[in-house]
Formats: sequence, structure tokens, C-alpha cells
Amino acid sequence: MIIELGHFALILALAAALVQGSLPMIGAQRGDAAWMGLARPAAIVQLFLVVFAFCALTHAYVTSDFSVANVVANSHSAKPLLYKVTGVWGNHEGSMLLWILILALFGSAVAVFGGNLPPSLRARVLGVQAWIGVGFMTFTLFTSNPFLRVFPAPLDGEDLNPLLQDPGLAFHPPMLYAGYVGFSMAFSFAIAALIEGKVDAAWARWVRPWTLLAWAFLTGGIALGSWWAYYELGWGGWWFWDPVENVSFMPWLLGTALLHSAIVVEKRNALKTWTILLAILTFSLSLIGTFIVRSGLLTSVHAFATDPERGFFILVLLAITIGGSLTLFALRAPSLKAGGLFAPISREGGMVINNLFLAAACAAVFLGTLYPLFLEALDGSKVSVGPPFFNATFVPLMVPLIFLMAIGPMLPWKRGDLLGALVRLKLAAVAAVVVAAITWYLESGGPLLAVAAMGLAAWLFFGALVEWSDRVKLLRAPLGESWRRARNLPRAAHGMTLAHAGMAVVMAGMIGSSVWKSEVVTNLRPGETVEIAGYSLLFEGVGKLEGPNYSAERARFTVTRDGEEIAALFPEKRVYQVQAMPTTEAAIRTTLVADLYAVIGDADGRGGWTVRIYHEPLVPWIWLGCLLMVAGGLVSLSDRRLRVGAPQRARKAKTASRPAAA
Amino acid sequence: MTRKRRRLYIVAAALLVFGGATALVLTALDDSLDLFQSPSQIMASPPPPERGIRLGGLVEEGTVLRSTDGLSVSFRVTDGAQSVPVSYQGILPDLFREGQGVITLGNMGPDGTFQAREVLAKHDENYLPREVVDALKESGQWQDGSGVGQ
Repeated sequence: MIIELGHFALILALAAALVQGSLPMIGAQRGDAAWMGLARPAAIVQLFLVVFAFCALTHAYVTSDFSVANVVANSHSAKPLLYKVTGVWGNHEGSMLLWILILALFGSAVAVFGGNLPPSLRARVLGVQAWIGVGFMTFTLFTSNPFLRVFPAPLDGEDLNPLLQDPGLAFHPPMLYAGYVGFSMAFSFAIAALIEGKVDAAWARWVRPWTLLAWAFLTGGIALGSWWAYYELGWGGWWFWDPVENVSFMPWLLGTALLHSAIVVEKRNALKTWTILLAILTFSLSLIGTFIVRSGLLTSVHAFATDPERGFFILVLLAITIGGSLTLFALRAPSLKAGGLFAPISREGGMVINNLFLAAACAAVFLGTLYPLFLEALDGSKVSVGPPFFNATFVPLMVPLIFLMAIGPMLPWKRGDLLGALVRLKLAAVAAVVVAAITWYLESGGPLLAVAAMGLAAWLFFGALVEWSDRVKLLRAPLGESWRRARNLPRAAHGMTLAHAGMAVVMAGMIGSSVWKSEVVTNLRPGETVEIAGYSLLFEGVGKLEGPNYSAERARFTVTRDGEEIAALFPEKRVYQVQAMPTTEAAIRTTLVADLYAVIGDADGRGGWTVRIYHEPLVPWIWLGCLLMVAGGLVSLSDRRLRVGAPQRARKAKTASRPAAA
Repeated sequence: MTRKRRRLYIVAAALLVFGGATALVLTALDDSLDLFQSPSQIMASPPPPERGIRLGGLVEEGTVLRSTDGLSVSFRVTDGAQSVPVSYQGILPDLFREGQGVITLGNMGPDGTFQAREVLAKHDENYLPREVVDALKESGQWQDGSGVGQ
């Protein structure tokens, strides 16, 4: 009964979205306040209906209602409660429902907090948002309905794919989706602005926080995904340039560009057309990211089992959204008024360069990811593009960007002084050389490029710190004065420093773990020892272990360093009973500067086991750095000027007391 | 600084960056493409050893042999019509089994044995890589609905 109500609620939500997408749009065209006013209640109603539908499906999972086909296919009564709940979005149909839920949440946020938006803009934004919802709800109801029953109901379910039975699933998909869907806000604002024919600073002040929020979610989502792959897959790697990873990375690259160009629109009223285009492209890539893997177009290491019948619907949906919005852009963009002027060497100029490199990097990733599709369509040959391609194209594009990333924030708006900025960065340059020298010494020479790259990461890190300490006059004024300045600094400035420094930390982690990683694969009998990076691991043997819905073989390693026992590692090999599927559970010991990573393979039948041990220096920094970046985004988001619903008050405050801000 | 001048600078910078990116993409694409081949295709015309190949098919039943130290393994990949011997060093993925779909990345050795650098088996055992399905269809080993991978 509840499941039918949920199904019905989703159909009603579709109806509400249709109303929200049509009447307010017509109202905005005619200037009819009552019709425009319909958008807000419709968005709230839509949210409540979608929440109800989502809860209904969750209820079916929690109570193990095996008369529902989706529950049968992805759950089992013996599954721990956490995975019953997360199992709701651990499959195609349920994850579409989660998408719709997040979309409705963002839409109703505009309805609730958008009190100070011009009524016609608000109505149009909500209208566009509703049409996205219509597309997704139709897709879900007609091709991926999670509310279908089976008759007769089986006694138990087929269980969730064991790889997904991990706490990572609780956070990774919702965060990733919040990122993808968050960019729908920038998209809706862009389309609404094109219809209105007006882009101004107030528009940018709305777009920026939503983009920032989406960006923070997406950064967190990608980082969690990579961390999950790192500890769950047992390969010791954190990024494989797999199509699924790439499609989440492309909107991140363009979203980062959008984040920066939106600042230029807000501060200087320039780059408006470009920002609109970026907003459209970023969300289009999010859509492609959601769909391309599901449509079965690309072969990927990790994807849901795919259904080609959905492909056609998806293609039509993508064509309408992307084609339609780009056509609208082509028609209306020329009528947007051009904004402020700036010299090439200026803060704006820096943002343009940032945007160019990010867009070029995104294009390279796009080409590498979709090239197999193009080639197969052209001459039928099947190829795959491997990590060497991405390393050879992406990395060279990032190097100049990272180098300039320390300089850009040093330049003032309109017209800057490059030499002056470089002089102010001399401390960062010294730090870069010192870090490179230390790396050279520690790794006794190391590959030259990697040593230089560590120097570059230090350049960015200390460059960000120098910029911040310049602004608060650290050590050049009494500490009390610096403290006062730091408190008066806009939060967005702190946020930028955190995010840029975080990027440097991520970079150091990536370099360290790929260049100085060591790996031992060997066959051990109990009592034998393996040496790696100054540690010795004594293999004590393998015991049996029973989990709630799996049985495992668990090995024990005693880790010693310089004769002193420092840790024990317990890697497992599990077999999940229902699907009879084996998984590898790595054992990881982290010191925050390096990870020791142990995995067991198969027994050789003569008392020995294959084991694989990795030592990965700096790998935890990848996720620590991402955390810093997310924190930077959130701090920046808490800036008064960006606080949702505060633009009017902020404008007054700015003229009254605030010094020229970031 | 006029509007025209500014536009000129931006266009010049864009051309530079995107031109550089295009050059990178073109050189990289040449060296890093792995061509998908089925066992039948490889037997029909063995690729040169320097060509990166993705060999896909099913692990032939009864062909998996492990060395005494357990570190190297040899098996045959088949599409039903032809099969290719493969040798690999390292730990096999959890879902590697006889009769299951597999993709191996590597190069064809001069002795006619495929030297695999990487062996991928799918996370989901109900799912076969699309290339493998196509290869099985071509060799007539695939039945719709109850097909090998279904």
C-alpha cells in the first residue's frame, strides 16, 4: 500500500512540476503576478511529494518488502540496516529517485529563500528547474520505475552487490549527486537570464553561492569516491581515469572555471556571456555524467548493469536539454550588454587564463573519454584510451595553471603589476626551492620531474599563505592589528586561501603516492616476513571469521620497524553468501604522511598465500587536501555577501564599512 | 585598453592554450590507444608486439595454471571459435573465474602468448563488457536472453 502511495506521489510530483514549469513562465512573459506566484507553492508541493515517494521506497527497503521488484533485486533480509537504507540508492532506479529528490530540494530552496529576487526572474528560474524535474521524473516513471511490484513475491532478495556494502555508499553517491544537481541552479539561472535578456551583479550574487555549494559537494563526492576505490578495490590506486571517474571530473573542471568567472561578473560586470555559457556546459556535463554510464555507451570498470533500451530516452533528453539551451544561448547571448574593461595583466585576466586552462583540460578529458565512441561510430574499430593519454595531456595543462594560481590572487582588479606580484611572492619561491631540495635529499635524487613538481606544489601552497598574510599584515604589524585585519577580511578571502592551499596539498599527495610508491607481491607461508620501505611484516597466518552476511578469511600481519612492534594489519577476503561473490578488504595503516596497505590473495593450496603490500607516501594528503578545499568552499559560502537571501543588506553593508573585498 | 584590444588578447590566449592542448591530444592519442581484439581477430592477424591490445573473451574452462610460487598464472581466453594463451604475473581480481568474462590489457609476445599487464574482471558477475558480448555474438556463441553473460 505504501509503495503504491509512493508511486502515486511521484506521479503527482510530475504534475506539480508541469504546472511549475508552464504557468509561471507564461505569467513572467505577460507580467501576470498571480501566475508567476504559482511557482513557489508548486515547488514546495513538488518537494513534499518527492520526499514522500523517497520515504516510501526507503520504507520498503527497511522492512524488506520483497513484493517490490527493486527491493528484491538489491536487498536481502540478512543485510545490516545501514546497507538496507543505502541500498535505496545503490541501484539505477533508486539513484534516479535520489537525483529527483535533490533536484526538488534545490528548487524549493529558491522558492523559500528567493524572496528578494525579481519576481519574473524567480518565476523563470523555478520554471526551468521544474522542466529539468519533468525530464527526470518522466524518465524514472517510464523506464526506471522503482515502485513496480513482483508477483508472486519471492521469500528473500538477491542482495546488494557486496562491493557496495560499505559505509562509503552512504555518503559518496548523495554528495556526488548534490554536486551534479547543484549545478542545475547555475543552469536554471543562466537560462532564465537568457530569457530575461539581462545579466547583472545581482544575478551573479545569486549564481555564485549555488555554484560554490555544488562545487563543494562535487569536490567532496569525487574525493570520497576516490578514497572508497582506494580502500575497497584493493588495487592501492586512487584514480584510474576510468570513464565513470572522468564524467564526474569534467563538471568539476568546468564548475571550477564557472566559480571563478562568476566572481568576475559579480565584481566587474565582465565575462557575462562566457559565464552563461559555462553554466550551461557545466550542467550539460553533469547530465552526461549521470547518463552516459547508465546508457551502456561506455565500458567502464565500475558501472551498474546497463540497459540499452533506456539509451534512446536518455539521448532524446540530452539532445533537448543541451541542444535547446545552446540554441537559446546562440539566439540571445549577442543581445547581452558587454561589461567592464580590464588589462590583460589583472585579476580578471588571471581568471580568464584560469578559465582557458580548465576548459582546455576539460576538453582533453572529454575527448579521451568519448574518443572510443566516436571512433566506433566512424569505422567500427574498438579502442580504449588508457591512463597514459590522460597523463600526457592533462598534466602538462595543469602545470602552468598551478604556477599561475599563486600569482593571480596577487593581482588587483582592472590593471595589475606582474613584477610587483612576483616580488611579493619571493618567499614562496624560496619555499619552493627549499621543498624541492629536501625532496631531492630524502629521495636521494628521485626523478627530476617529480622533485620539480613537489617544488611547484610548495610554490602554490606558500603563495596562497603569502597572499593571505600580506592582507592581514602578518608579522609586519602588531599581532593584535593582524588579528583585527583577519577578522575583517571577507570570509571569501579566507575561503580562497584554504582552497588554493588545499589544492597544493592534494597535488603533493598525488605526486608522492604515484612516484614514490613501493609494492611487493609475493607468496608467504605463516611465519615468513616481508620487508617494505623500512617496515617488516610478519605473516602470522589466516583465520576464519563470520560476518552478518558473509564469511571471511582474515590474515594477521605484525608490523615492526627497527625491531619494535608498531601495528597489526588484518586484511580479509570475504565471500558474501547470497551472491557468492568474493571481495577483497584491504588493511591500511596510516601515519598521515604515508600508508601501509596490505591485501591477501588466494591460497596456493600448499600452505602459502599470495600477498600484496604497498607503501604509499603522502597518499592521505590527497583526501586531506580535498577536505581543505571543501572547507574553503564552505567558509567562502558563509560570507555575508553570499549568504542566501542577504544580497540586499550586504550591498548596503559594503558601501558603509567594508573595504574593497576579494 | 579598448574592447577590441581586449578581445584580441583573449582570443590570442585562447588560441595558444587550445592549440597547445590540441597538440598534446594528437601526440598522446597516437601512443596510448589500446585496440580491442577478440581471440578470433588475433588468430586471424596477429598484431605487432608493440601494439597495446585489450583482449577480451571468456576464460576457457580447465586452462588456468598457477606457477608453484603462486605469482604467475597462465590461462586461455576464448570467444568460442578461437582461443589465445595468456600469461600474467600478479594477483588476479576477485571475480576471475573459469568460464567468466575477462578483459586483459597487454601485448602479443613473439612466441604467440599474450603478455598481460592487467587483468580485469567485472565487479558485477551478471555483466559482461560490451566488447566481449559483441565478440561472442560474432563467433556465434551468444544466445539472446539466456546468453553466456546473462
